Amino acid sequence: MEYGSEQKNTGGHGHFNKEGIMIDFIQMIVSGVATGSTYALMGLAMVIIYKTSEVPNFAQGEMALITSYFAMMLLTTMNISVYLAFFLSFVFAAILGAFLEFAILRRAKEPNVLGMIVITIGIEMIILGFVSWKFGAEQKVMPFPIGPYDGFIVGDIYISKLDVLTLISALLFMIVLYLFFKFSKLGLAMKATQQNSVAAQIVGIRTNRIMMLTWGISSLVGATAGLLIAPTAMQPFMMWDPMLKGFAAAVMGGMTSLPGAVIAAYMLGIIENLFGGYISIEFKTVVAFVIIVLVLCIKPSGLFARHYVKKV
Amino acid sequence: MDMKRDYYEDVQLITSPVVFFWFALLLLLLYLFPFFVDNYYIYVANYIAINIIVATGLNLLVGYTGQISLGHAGFFAIGAYGTTVLMVKLSVPFLIALPSAALIAAGFGFLLGLPALRLEGPYLAIATLGFGLTITQVIGRIELFGGREGIHVPDINIGSWIIDTDKEFYFLLITLTIFLLLFMRNLIKTRMGRAFIAIRDADIAAETMGVNIVFYKTLAFAISAFYAGIAGGMYAFVLKFIEPEIFTLLMSILFLAMVVVGGLGSMMGSITGAALLCWLDLKLRNILDIPYVGEWLKSLSENWFSLTGVSNIQYIVFGSIMVGIMLFEPLGIYGIWIRTKKYWRTWPF
Repeated sequence: MEYGSEQKNTGGHGHFNKEGIMIDFIQMIVSGVATGSTYALMGLAMVIIYKTSEVPNFAQGEMALITSYFAMMLLTTMNISVYLAFFLSFVFAAILGAFLEFAILRRAKEPNVLGMIVITIGIEMIILGFVSWKFGAEQKVMPFPIGPYDGFIVGDIYISKLDVLTLISALLFMIVLYLFFKFSKLGLAMKATQQNSVAAQIVGIRTNRIMMLTWGISSLVGATAGLLIAPTAMQPFMMWDPMLKGFAAAVMGGMTSLPGAVIAAYMLGIIENLFGGYISIEFKTVVAFVIIVLVLCIKPSGLFARHYVKKV
Repeated sequence: MDMKRDYYEDVQLITSPVVFFWFALLLLLLYLFPFFVDNYYIYVANYIAINIIVATGLNLLVGYTGQISLGHAGFFAIGAYGTTVLMVKLSVPFLIALPSAALIAAGFGFLLGLPALRLEGPYLAIATLGFGLTITQVIGRIELFGGREGIHVPDINIGSWIIDTDKEFYFLLITLTIFLLLFMRNLIKTRMGRAFIAIRDADIAAETMGVNIVFYKTLAFAISAFYAGIAGGMYAFVLKFIEPEIFTLLMSILFLAMVVVGGLGSMMGSITGAALLCWLDLKLRNILDIPYVGEWLKSLSENWFSLTGVSNIQYIVFGSIMVGIMLFEPLGIYGIWIRTKKYWRTWPF
């Protein structure tokens, strides 16, 4: 469950003067934003699928995991450039997502929430088993152009280049996807599929194809998170924590709202880091879940979604 | 088929002398079984019985009441730690420690049931999942509970009877299991059980009919947690040593898998599901020792995969079973059984 970006939290208790405390605080926020970015990417990926098909996709993390290992395999065994390898991995991710939808999710007989959770957990376990069988459980090194310790210092604050890249890709994906869902014809079709799939079919939307496409896009977004986490911690369980936190963020944001998921992800990341820095480093990983339960007690459909009222 | 004419016929356990005969035979076999087999199989039976208890409790929540829990390892941990700590640190006798620990678990179940009243689907899944993870983390930090290093579990003693072999433990456990299963079976046949099922099928309709949703939903969580607590307490004595790392998310997932694979909303389902998955779990731990398949897997691993990671095949097997069951037989093993029975009853047609 432990994963690399926790080590990035360099905000220790070395400074005693007022300025030092301030720097510590800002450093923690920066680390929080960095952690939040990976959560945001995973959260976005899950929201996309949930928006269209109401499937809480527990396999999201492992889909990203296998893509990262695929990229690593390309880079270590074949002599190709990094950009080509990443492009191929993204293609792989999209095909994988579409394939899973086509081959497994679509075949489900009784698509209720519990069934979908069980199926996606099943897929997750299959991929996890496959990856750890193929590559073993030990830590691997991902030949990434930016190393995990590359960074620069602004003022007295250390910023890792990888984190900046993660932040940019998270925000970029959020904006692009938001615009996509809001203004493009395809995005509209995806929304229609979620709201009423029969009606969508009647007006001529190929809902099956829409689902496949959704899974492809979502897998691609998730894979970005995977590729960006891989340089710091490359082992079969590396995606568990980001996936669960991303899911938590998506739930907190309301499960259907893209900006909601991203905002919630940053909130979780920052609160987690501040909590780790000031209150207790030991409970850092679980504080997110406590927040989730508290938020859900007050707003059962998350912070940024209209409350869903069941009709009889 | 078998028509029920009055209420008593629906609730009675033994419907005919034939059923009585099979029931008595089953009990007899269960109690005589340890005298004929190796110690290892008694250990396997204990392991399975414990998981049957959890699966039965979880089935009440998932299968009968229609809630989702991905945090049952948390209740399991509370039961295990509660029993052990009460016995070791406070020297409470076993017969009081086990139910108290289970009641503590039930209390936590009630607490988790409160937010669950307003949640459903993925929201409930993440809330319960978070609960399970939090419990393990919290237990790992408390010094009284042995912290990360874990804690040793003493032998059970009831009066002057000290239980230190698997065989003696089996008799205690099997009695407990039969009792809990009968209790659950009767509970489901009563007014309460029907209320649970009504909530699962249509909660708003159930509320209109006068079912107190707040009471029954939290009760389902509490009873389910109670069962997990009892099972956890017993599991501590099987392991002899417990540490927080045992009670992972994977364990919660496996519990859920047992219920789903066996069949939602059926007692036989929880029993068969737990038995199947536990047996597979134990078998697949040393997968290379399985005849024929082991050899083949070994060469396959050497050529294409890694030999160090070969034990991870069990994830692939469990995952495939979960996906396969959901795709082809959503009612699980119980569904297969029902279909087979129908097929043979009406055979030539």
